[in-house]
Amino acid sequence: MRNVNLVFRREFAAYFSTPLAYIFIVIFLALAGILTFRLGGFLDREQADLVPFFEFHPWLYLFLIPALSMRLWAEERRLGTIELLLTLPISMTEAVVGKYLAAWAFTATAVALTFPLWLTVNYLGNPDNGVILASYVGSLLMAGAYLAIGSMISATTKNQVIAFVVTTTTCFILTLAGSPAVLDFFSAWAPADVIQAIGNFGFLPHFQSIQRGVIDLRDLIFFGSLIIIALIANAIIVDWRKAF
Amino acid sequence: MTQVLSIHGLTKSFGHETVVDNVNFTAGTGEVVGFLGPNGAGKSTTMKMIVGFLTPSAGTAVVCGHDVLRDPRAVKAAVGYLPEGAPAYPDMTPLGFLSFIAGVRGYDGADRRERVERAIEMTRIHDVARQPIDTLSKGYKRRVGLAQSLLHDPTVLILDEPTDGLDPNQKQVVRELIRDMAQEKCIVISTHILEEVDAVCSRAMIITSGKVVADGSPADLKAQSGSGDLDEVFRKVTANA
Repeated sequence: MRNVNLVFRREFAAYFSTPLAYIFIVIFLALAGILTFRLGGFLDREQADLVPFFEFHPWLYLFLIPALSMRLWAEERRLGTIELLLTLPISMTEAVVGKYLAAWAFTATAVALTFPLWLTVNYLGNPDNGVILASYVGSLLMAGAYLAIGSMISATTKNQVIAFVVTTTTCFILTLAGSPAVLDFFSAWAPADVIQAIGNFGFLPHFQSIQRGVIDLRDLIFFGSLIIIALIANAIIVDWRKAF
Repeated sequence: MTQVLSIHGLTKSFGHETVVDNVNFTAGTGEVVGFLGPNGAGKSTTMKMIVGFLTPSAGTAVVCGHDVLRDPRAVKAAVGYLPEGAPAYPDMTPLGFLSFIAGVRGYDGADRRERVERAIEMTRIHDVARQPIDTLSKGYKRRVGLAQSLLHDPTVLILDEPTDGLDPNQKQVVRELIRDMAQEKCIVISTHILEEVDAVCSRAMIITSGKVVADGSPADLKAQSGSGDLDEVFRKVTANA
């Protein structure tokens, strides 16, 4: 725990030692606002909820989260600090988890800064705050899953651009896995069971069910196991490819 | 002299290529061992295996009584290591960076500050301690890397090309530092600069194509050539490998 904490604090501080953190937060907030009010029609709907806000989170994360996760391991590789980090008396798990949690905590900070929207909707009407809380939890879980996948992909390369593009593509497919766009590609030749399995991997249905205010154990297990599996793969990849 | 480092049949292959081929030696405190060899001879790979970064294909290294295969964490805790190029997090200041390393090495509170302070003093980086590492000269960066490897006052120090790319003054500073510590430590440095061996090492091992082809004091090696020139020995033993 001690080492996880040390790695976490170093990583978290690193976001704020460059303009990255501020640019990320400003863009995240600006885009979230524009999408909610313009595309989502937050005011025109005349409904006291944050559905038009949360609805766009998967799409916002799709290109903002890879921008965060791409540096996690690719940067260590490029700078050579991976050799330093892994020759300290620290385990691979501690390094992977510490870095991952820092990225997640940073994302949570950005998401938490959208609180004025929550204040606004409470000022304008009487929303179901339980649903809003559940949606925030669901959003963070989904962000966590994107981050874990991004961290894993970042471990395969020293090129951050490659990490970004591959992560965005992977997350795009996972987000849409349950939709016709992806399923049609498989339906021509894959057996029905496989298609259903692919469909179940879609992020959207899981996020949407949490967004309705029900935190179902199945959705928690879905995102939780995805995160854990991606991080285990992350550790294996770092260990396996550290010589290159 | 206590024996603190023993290498047994250390071998590393990548695919069909054997980069380090059955390296054996032991070293003790008071020794400064210089790995000498052309680029790509396997010096760095050998070091990376000793400190537990790379897993050997065969053989093992025992550092301060800990086997790197069985207990890599104990080896990592015992050894001080400067990777090639002295990598460090560019956005941190030396102070923050050393404080992070000291934390991971298990020091807290006043003890941690004291360790950092002492390492900064030993490597003479006081003037730049609060500047981002990114903005430092190569010489200072190297000394930050050295400071990092010295924090826990390790008995065994593995330094991969500690003076490579430094100007003569900077080289001098680093060499003096190594000489100052040589008495109570076992130091292994790698270099492809022959004068370095003469300047700081008590023992030189010439490595080429992953094999140790000569091992002895710099004076011994010089005696092998008629002219007493280290360059000539180096060329002779590395040419036909």
